[in-house]
Amino acid sequence: MTDSKVMLITGTRKGIGRGLAEHYARKGFRVVGCSRGPAEAPLEHYRHVEADVSDEAQVMKLFRIVREEFGRVDVLVNNAGIASMNHVFLTPLKTVRSVFETNVYGTFLFCREAAKVMAAGGAGGRIVNFATVATPLRLEGEAAYAASKAAVESLTQVLARELAPFRITVNAVGPTPIATDLIRSVPKAKIDALIARQAIPRLGEVRDVINVVEFLIADTSDFITGQVIYLGGV
Amino acid sequence: MPDPTERARDIVLRAIDAYNAAEPNAIPRDIDTVLLGPGGVVDSLGLVRLVLTVERQIEKDAGTFVSLTDEKAMSQRNSPFRSVGALVDYVASCLGERP
Repeated sequence: MTDSKVMLITGTRKGIGRGLAEHYARKGFRVVGCSRGPAEAPLEHYRHVEADVSDEAQVMKLFRIVREEFGRVDVLVNNAGIASMNHVFLTPLKTVRSVFETNVYGTFLFCREAAKVMAAGGAGGRIVNFATVATPLRLEGEAAYAASKAAVESLTQVLARELAPFRITVNAVGPTPIATDLIRSVPKAKIDALIARQAIPRLGEVRDVINVVEFLIADTSDFITGQVIYLGGV
Repeated sequence: MPDPTERARDIVLRAIDAYNAAEPNAIPRDIDTVLLGPGGVVDSLGLVRLVLTVERQIEKDAGTFVSLTDEKAMSQRNSPFRSVGALVDYVASCLGERP
């Protein structure tokens, strides 16, 4: 097991992150996951670290643990994210800050620190960030969330160029709504209207995300970087 | 306990050796070598590689991880990455702050 690849996934307590952690631990990766709280259930080949992705000191501490215990990072999946769905008139600045801290600053910090470990290893690596269909669809009521994910797309495309000399690819997957906590509070009518704008009008599933991640992190995908792949035909 | 500057000098020179072993354009092992700007021997990507190598060397030799690109480094009027000597001084100051 000590030679197997190390995958770091943020936001693994539940939802897509947990699904990814279970999938890749089963596939033989050594998976390191993090969330602000403890892991909900133990998982073989999985190491959980409690960390707030937007807190630089906590992120640095997490990477110290990763360097000491695993000595390498092959894949980073920046899944942790929060959403705020409300009209701009009803959105406090504090909410916008909080969304940007987790979605943008958190993604930035993990990209920077994981890329350092990947570059040091000399074997390159794969980074997969999380975008959303809310950005290209310009969804009303999701200004803060869509803007934060637009920033993630930019970050992905610029880092793809900056990290290419280190054989690190940086791409993003843009999911449609998936039945997780992220959309739990969104009215059904709103979700139905959103889904109707997709070429394939259905809710996404965790397996749809895994499918794209699988492609982006494959050894043979070393010529794919700076791309954002949306689900559902958006 | 060795003098922090001596220790930093040793770390930076070892990092330069590691850098030179991996990169086509060698950095002269001299405290007066200009790294960046007019007469500098590395481009921006070379500097990134050197900083990573020094961070790794610090971790190897001092057993601690130091990020050389924190706000302290970036806010200095004179870049700590302008020359080998400036880099040694900066690494020494970082090591001096460690328990």
